[in-house]
Amino acid sequence: MAAPSVSCGAAVPYRLFLAGRVSFAREQGLWKAAASGLQTGTRCQILRLKHSPAVTTTKNVAALRRESYTVDFIKKQIEEFNIGKRHLANMMGEDPETFTQEDVDRAITYLFPSGLFEKRARPIMKHPEEIFPKQRAVQWGEDGRPFHFLFYTGKQSYYSLMHEAYGKVLHAEERQDQLRAKGLFSEKSKSKDLIGSRWLIKEELEEMLVEKLSDQDYAQFIRLLERLSALPCDAAEEEFVGRFRRTVTVQSKKHLIEPLQYDEQGMAFSTGQGKRKTANAEAVVYGHGSGKIEINGVDYLLYFPVTQDREQLMFPFHFLDRLGKHDVTCTVSGGGRSSQAGAIRLAMSRALCSFITEDEVEWMRQAGLLTTDPRVRERKKPGQEGARRKFTWKKR
Amino acid sequence: MLKGMTRLVSRVHKLDPGRFSHLGTQAPQCPVAHLDNQVPTERTRAISRTLENDPAKHGEQHVGQHYNISIQELKTVFPHGLPPRFVMQVKTFNEACLMVRKPALELLHYLKNTNFAHPAVRYVLYGEKGTGKTLSLCHIIHFCAKQDWLILHIPDAHLWVKNCRDLLQSTYNKQRFDQPLEASIWLKNFKTANERFLSQIKVQDKYVWNKRESTEKGSPLAEVVEQGIMRVRNATDAVGIVLKELKRQSSLGVFRLLVAVDGVNALWGRTTLKREDKSPITPEELALIYNLRKMVKNDWQGGAIVLTVSQTGSLFKPRKAYLPQELLGKEGFDTLDPFIPILVSNYNPKEFEGCIQYYLENNWLQHEKAHTEEGKKELLFLSNRNPGLLERLCAYL
Repeated sequence: MAAPSVSCGAAVPYRLFLAGRVSFAREQGLWKAAASGLQTGTRCQILRLKHSPAVTTTKNVAALRRESYTVDFIKKQIEEFNIGKRHLANMMGEDPETFTQEDVDRAITYLFPSGLFEKRARPIMKHPEEIFPKQRAVQWGEDGRPFHFLFYTGKQSYYSLMHEAYGKVLHAEERQDQLRAKGLFSEKSKSKDLIGSRWLIKEELEEMLVEKLSDQDYAQFIRLLERLSALPCDAAEEEFVGRFRRTVTVQSKKHLIEPLQYDEQGMAFSTGQGKRKTANAEAVVYGHGSGKIEINGVDYLLYFPVTQDREQLMFPFHFLDRLGKHDVTCTVSGGGRSSQAGAIRLAMSRALCSFITEDEVEWMRQAGLLTTDPRVRERKKPGQEGARRKFTWKKR
Repeated sequence: MLKGMTRLVSRVHKLDPGRFSHLGTQAPQCPVAHLDNQVPTERTRAISRTLENDPAKHGEQHVGQHYNISIQELKTVFPHGLPPRFVMQVKTFNEACLMVRKPALELLHYLKNTNFAHPAVRYVLYGEKGTGKTLSLCHIIHFCAKQDWLILHIPDAHLWVKNCRDLLQSTYNKQRFDQPLEASIWLKNFKTANERFLSQIKVQDKYVWNKRESTEKGSPLAEVVEQGIMRVRNATDAVGIVLKELKRQSSLGVFRLLVAVDGVNALWGRTTLKREDKSPITPEELALIYNLRKMVKNDWQGGAIVLTVSQTGSLFKPRKAYLPQELLGKEGFDTLDPFIPILVSNYNPKEFEGCIQYYLENNWLQHEKAHTEEGKKELLFLSNRNPGLLERLCAYL
């Protein structure tokens, strides 16, 4: 433990502060004063860094502007994290051995409830790998000679990756020629591994290589990989290509469609729930009916005297051409008239999903009937009159 | 693949050639639309209109159909009393068509079978807002006018308990208040409606108006009405006299009296009028209301009393209230008890169809989807077959 003042019991909050602050304070050098317990350790390490030979080059001045973390420091953070995790498990009364990251997140949201809208500003406790940015270890040895042969290109990891990929391309082409010569060449379709996945984006590649890339570099790399994947490859090469692909999930498949339920009379019905701003609604849609809608026991004509709200209720049925065919009973609470209408609309659409085909569900999703509207009221900030409105500016 | 988002809302537009330029927000207005209307005209006329213009002969088969009232009759029978939106519609279409509906038919049946020897029966039309209580009342009044009854029609009792500029202390009774303006307006309309009766009915008391003017016993009622119109200060007393005389004489069987009051719950509610010292006035203290209350008591024979309770225009009543018990309050309900309640509800499918056909015939609905099934279903949903709402929906923006 770096800080003598910090006791074991306070290990957890100490680690938290660090996590919360480091993520934001990477660019600013302002947080040296904070997290006092930590500083003694890092300062020693940073000082050690300063005094190590051949590092008093201009390169280090740039590095000092960002906080640099040495390998020892990261290792220490990992140890502390693991110990902190065990302490947290003990605090929550769970088994330290089987305490997963989800449990950690849940415990933190329980112990430190935060009402902040920005999720990244809330307290987190994650593995140091995810918090501290990946930094390159020192690239040269004691004598000043760089380790990597491509160091003087400036982008050593990128060029080495290109070199490796091109080597594989050549190898695959060679093998293809050999197969053709032997006459065993067969047209293989490569499409199966390319469907449902996408290439890495530039930011992801930069993160992987811990190096800045330009757009042209990135485009060149992707072109090379595509060339490689077009050739017949063996397992090693496919695995190599696979490292640079990410899966793309199809949205609508996530949506579960409830099966129809039947009540005592044999009438098919289905329930759905919906939210909009602060209104919560639950709707029960019956299979056969005459288009009556009852809200909190009152007819929808009386509950929503404004035509706009009734139009909102009409939208799902009109879209599916089922205007007079279903009866609906719903309950709604909270919010104002417009948000109650929106909540009921969402609940009805979700309930209707059980009655219609998959295609129609997809059309509804594309029409926006099945998406919860994420807009909520923005908080008022101090120094301003409202969420966005500033006080009247007076020149004097 | 994506179903057209343009099917989201189809508002029906009005193209009013006389007055305003339309706002083409959604669909472009094409005058070609009405050409398609010509083809099924005969069929639609059969659904939406009937040639039977005498309310006495309306029966079950006419439900959902409109019958015509000529403009002459309109001026004599309804100098006041038609809802303002209906008056606008009459002016636009150049014809007055009322729909025949079940509650009105029921009432007509009772009226046809009334025994005039018994005390007057009270009928109360009640229902949600916009379901057609006032127009049903107008249907009844038209019937009675055709049958040569004397119509005592108060178009909206709520107008007498609010927004009165000049309240005078009553000359007859110091405790009560006079409303000269409202009384004189009503007297004028009453005169237009019942011209022929006014000369026949003779007053049975001597009434002294002031030092110089008086009405002798035996002079026609027209004189009293004239006096009220001329001397606005005495208008309220003139109204009181008219009511008293009519009540007295209808029991004798000279004529049949129909008392039609719209918004009768105003008689027992609260008023928004205040005295000079800002204390509120109860309805009893208004002379007009006091006399009207005597009128709706069923202690006279030879006629009928048809009343409507409505929340629109009522004071201090919640929006959702529509039952007679809620709107009349305890006092009113006890006074009116016993009465025959008649519920006026939203259109049934046949009536709805008839109404839409009527609008289509008059080229009121200009949206090209208006005659399709989908358009009708949308209108049905949005208005939930409420007549008032349907009319507002189809109105111009």
